[in-house]
Amino acid sequence: MTALGWIQILLYCVIIVAITPVLGRYMTRVFNGEPTLLSFVLRPVERIIYWLGGVDERREQHWLMYVVGMLFFHVGGFLILYLLMRLQALIPYYNPARQSAVAPDLAFNTAVSFITNTNWQNYGGESTMSYLVQMVGLTHQNYLSAATGIVLAVALIRGFARHSARTVGNFWVDVTRCTLYILLPICIVYALFLVWQGIPQTLGEYVNAATLEGGKQTIAVGPVASQIAIKMLGTNGGGFFNANAAHPFENPTALANFIQIISIFAIGAALTNVFGRMVGNERQGWAIFAVMGVLFLAGVVVCYWAEASGTTALNALGLTGGNMEGKELRFGIAASTLFAVITTDASCGAVNAMHDSFTALGGMIPLINIQLGEIIFGGVGSGLYGMLIYVIISIFVAGLMVGRTPEYVGKKIESKEVKMAMLAILILPLMYLGWTAVATVVPFAVAQTNNSGPHGFSEILYAYTSMTGNNGSAFAGLSGNTLFYNLTGAVAMFIGRFWMIVPAMAIAGSLVAKKSIPPSAGTFPTTGGLFVGLLVGVIVIIGGLTFFPALALGPLVEHLAISAGTLYSAN
Amino acid sequence: MLREIRPAIVLVIALTLITGLAYPLAMTGIAQALFPRQANGSLIERDGKVVGSSLIGQYFKDDRYFHGRPSATTDTDPNDPNKTVPAPYNAANSGASNLGPTSKALIDRVKADLDTLKKENPSTPVPMDLVTTSASGLDPDISPEAAFFQAPRVAKARNLPEDRVRQLVTDHIEGRTLGLFGEPRVNVLALNLALDEMGKGQ
Repeated sequence: MTALGWIQILLYCVIIVAITPVLGRYMTRVFNGEPTLLSFVLRPVERIIYWLGGVDERREQHWLMYVVGMLFFHVGGFLILYLLMRLQALIPYYNPARQSAVAPDLAFNTAVSFITNTNWQNYGGESTMSYLVQMVGLTHQNYLSAATGIVLAVALIRGFARHSARTVGNFWVDVTRCTLYILLPICIVYALFLVWQGIPQTLGEYVNAATLEGGKQTIAVGPVASQIAIKMLGTNGGGFFNANAAHPFENPTALANFIQIISIFAIGAALTNVFGRMVGNERQGWAIFAVMGVLFLAGVVVCYWAEASGTTALNALGLTGGNMEGKELRFGIAASTLFAVITTDASCGAVNAMHDSFTALGGMIPLINIQLGEIIFGGVGSGLYGMLIYVIISIFVAGLMVGRTPEYVGKKIESKEVKMAMLAILILPLMYLGWTAVATVVPFAVAQTNNSGPHGFSEILYAYTSMTGNNGSAFAGLSGNTLFYNLTGAVAMFIGRFWMIVPAMAIAGSLVAKKSIPPSAGTFPTTGGLFVGLLVGVIVIIGGLTFFPALALGPLVEHLAISAGTLYSAN
Repeated sequence: MLREIRPAIVLVIALTLITGLAYPLAMTGIAQALFPRQANGSLIERDGKVVGSSLIGQYFKDDRYFHGRPSATTDTDPNDPNKTVPAPYNAANSGASNLGPTSKALIDRVKADLDTLKKENPSTPVPMDLVTTSASGLDPDISPEAAFFQAPRVAKARNLPEDRVRQLVTDHIEGRTLGLFGEPRVNVLALNLALDEMGKGQ
């Protein structure tokens, strides 16, 4: 660990704190329907879309209709993406590398993966997808799944903020405004910055180079920058290339890397501020921000320490300088571990280093981050609604301790909210532990691992954890492009996304109808250190109870094996 | 419920056209106008022919050139489309070894590489990056230590004084961006091009 490494980490924290209120203020204006700087250009486009779609901007929806609209929207997105992948060989446009049709199970897995904001990659982008699919299929879905996550969080915030109401907003208006006013303008500037740093943006063919030693090198290019901008900002994480953000064309410089990790947290952090503003007390947002910040820093410290210490087996050969297997030189240890922690705190899943080759404890941190539910700033929107679900549980626990009906930002938390919150929390371990258990007893599934021993188990556990959590990063040695993993993974991604959303929205619907009660002397304050400590405690305890046994079988055993000098031969 | 179908269809199509077609195509046009070199892949030409990209590593095995880091990229086996064969620095199929810290295959490979390198330069400790594969398999850089480590071999193969080769490496060290971000590094392709250029001058 170096001083420069820590300075980078500190600078990162300062920047995230600084942009949170700025972006938060802007986003609050957008979702309150107020005019913004960009209205003079975007308002006409917005009105045309509503007119074509028959959307009445002033008519709001009951939470159930909000969810139904969201589901219809996803069915449309799924069909477009699936058909494009199946038919790409027949479409004569934007396919210079002449990619053939994507196999049905892989296309199914990928389509589910992108509508659920997972962006799990069982394919290598440059060897599978045409430019048309990358743009119209994947880039487009990066926008829509991100916008959907954000507006669902906003709908839940309205549940807390409004009182004695029936509706939580209009899905069509929210999703249109989110795309046009927030995501698109940022991405336009961001993509140009990325091109300047070296990311290609071309529709031309792959380049054939004659190498210095007289060989040939085919260099894949494409409309990359436009996709990377929304991939990071929308915490999607699906790369244009197989190696994702480790590929020099997705992440060419250390500066581009730093901006990319800022963009992963930007919207998730800003949403805590949107929450504070909408419920009328910004400190409520900062309290949640503080919980996220504490958990984030804990992960960074452990992961950075583990990777900088290196692996026993490599160090024993006389090598020094930390674990560089599966890492890019221009990023080094500090920026690689920082990226790994951030991408799994959020549901991004882009990787600039291969988590599969991390040390046992270094690789365990990304796994834990996802298993906690990606609530540490989290996926855009999904991080906040995931965290608010934990808040409900914590308030309930606090209420039990003092024997009062719990309340949060003026809303009574009653049995319906707590039941829904538990439903949302329990479904995640059911999916990832359940499917991991199934896969480990199917010989064919076990045979797809790239490492044997406890690390092979970790590969399977990581795969289902990542897909259930809609993260998309991987212990990528696992050969996921098989019928078994494509189908079971699609189920995990689908349930992991929508089984969180429906209870969260049911909570929104229940809360929005309640009266707002003013704080009294007996109200548990939710803006101070006590609340922050309680919430961190609840998250760690629930998390620990749920996944500690599985971690004990994977990374923890592996750590002991490393210390004992044990190595495992391949399958 | 049915009245949500029309907005669903219209918004999916409208937003597909805006974010999936208008946005990437507009960005392509602007990028090609403002930053044509980067937008086309930062390609390097020599004598009118493309010899590579300054961002993409290239496979070097000749003693006369500096070598990059080991690469785990593969290509389809020409004899069996269901299998893959090692193809270092395959820039049409990026990828990593994905071998974990307890993998025997990883340690065996590192040991073999170490043996070769120690024979080549017994007096200097082998730098970590010269025996570990990168995440993309296309890492264009090596550490300054890894470049200096190879200087004696390259100098010998080219009949150049070692001092001159070491000076060339020193000239090609790129520092941290703004003194903070990233790690000091040497771009292997740029260094080797300069090496060829130096040979011509003699």
